[in-house]
Amino acid sequence: MAVFGPGAQDPWGDALGALRRIQEEMNRTLGGVDTGAVAGEYPPVNIWRGEHGIIVAAEMPGVSIDAVEVVVHQNTLTIKGRKDAEAKASAASYHRRERVSGSFARTIALPFNVDASKVKATADAGIVNIELPRPESDRPRRIHITSA
Amino acid sequence: MTERQSGTGAGAARGGAEATRTRPIYTPAADIYDTEDALVLVVELPGIRADELDVRLDKRVLTIAGHGSAARYEGYSLAVCEYKPGDYERTFNLPDMIDDEAIEAVMKDGLLRLTLPKAKAGPARTISVKVG
Repeated sequence: MAVFGPGAQDPWGDALGALRRIQEEMNRTLGGVDTGAVAGEYPPVNIWRGEHGIIVAAEMPGVSIDAVEVVVHQNTLTIKGRKDAEAKASAASYHRRERVSGSFARTIALPFNVDASKVKATADAGIVNIELPRPESDRPRRIHITSA
Repeated sequence: MTERQSGTGAGAARGGAEATRTRPIYTPAADIYDTEDALVLVVELPGIRADELDVRLDKRVLTIAGHGSAARYEGYSLAVCEYKPGDYERTFNLPDMIDDEAIEAVMKDGLLRLTLPKAKAGPARTISVKVG
């Protein structure tokens, strides 16, 4: 579970991303046990933070929005779905198979509780953008300072 | 179908000109499979829309290039970055048996599907041998 908190910095983001790709590559090359699930944390996400909430942009090419389930519970966001391989015909033979496929689920901890009814998810060219507005009661407030 | 060594990437496809953009150029993941009457190429191009994609066939060389624009959200700043939006480029050598005129390309959910129909083999010909 990726933890995303206020002020969280991610100096390892790049290194971890590279490591994850190498691991995926090795899993594919070495065969491994086919569990029918995507190995590792999937989908990769970019998280944008703003005054009114956060946007989670999940990169999942080839996954239609109808096949994605977005669940918000208190301060956690779960993205669930299935990434299917293309060829269904048994006659098809692969020359190259680089895309990962299988089921996936990822839970991300959010820095605030989210009102599930206000969450919006839209898809654009293989990227699913999930808008999570911060509830009014939870927003930081500027304190007016008066001189004595 | 074989992949070309595209070490020079973008430059090679545009007549040696260096790309001036600073976005990283990725080699997109691809599945290639054979059906009875076509070769199907499935390429992952997240963040690229159909009008940002350039598919080119020059003789037997198929080049796929996608140049998107980075997502920006007004009033938001990037806090966690697990993937970096970039451009994509990959080149393939096609086998001879492809019917170039009937290639079909469909882009959906950041996934490009190219269907390359196999050309019907011409009827066998008999060459008459004359006595010289």
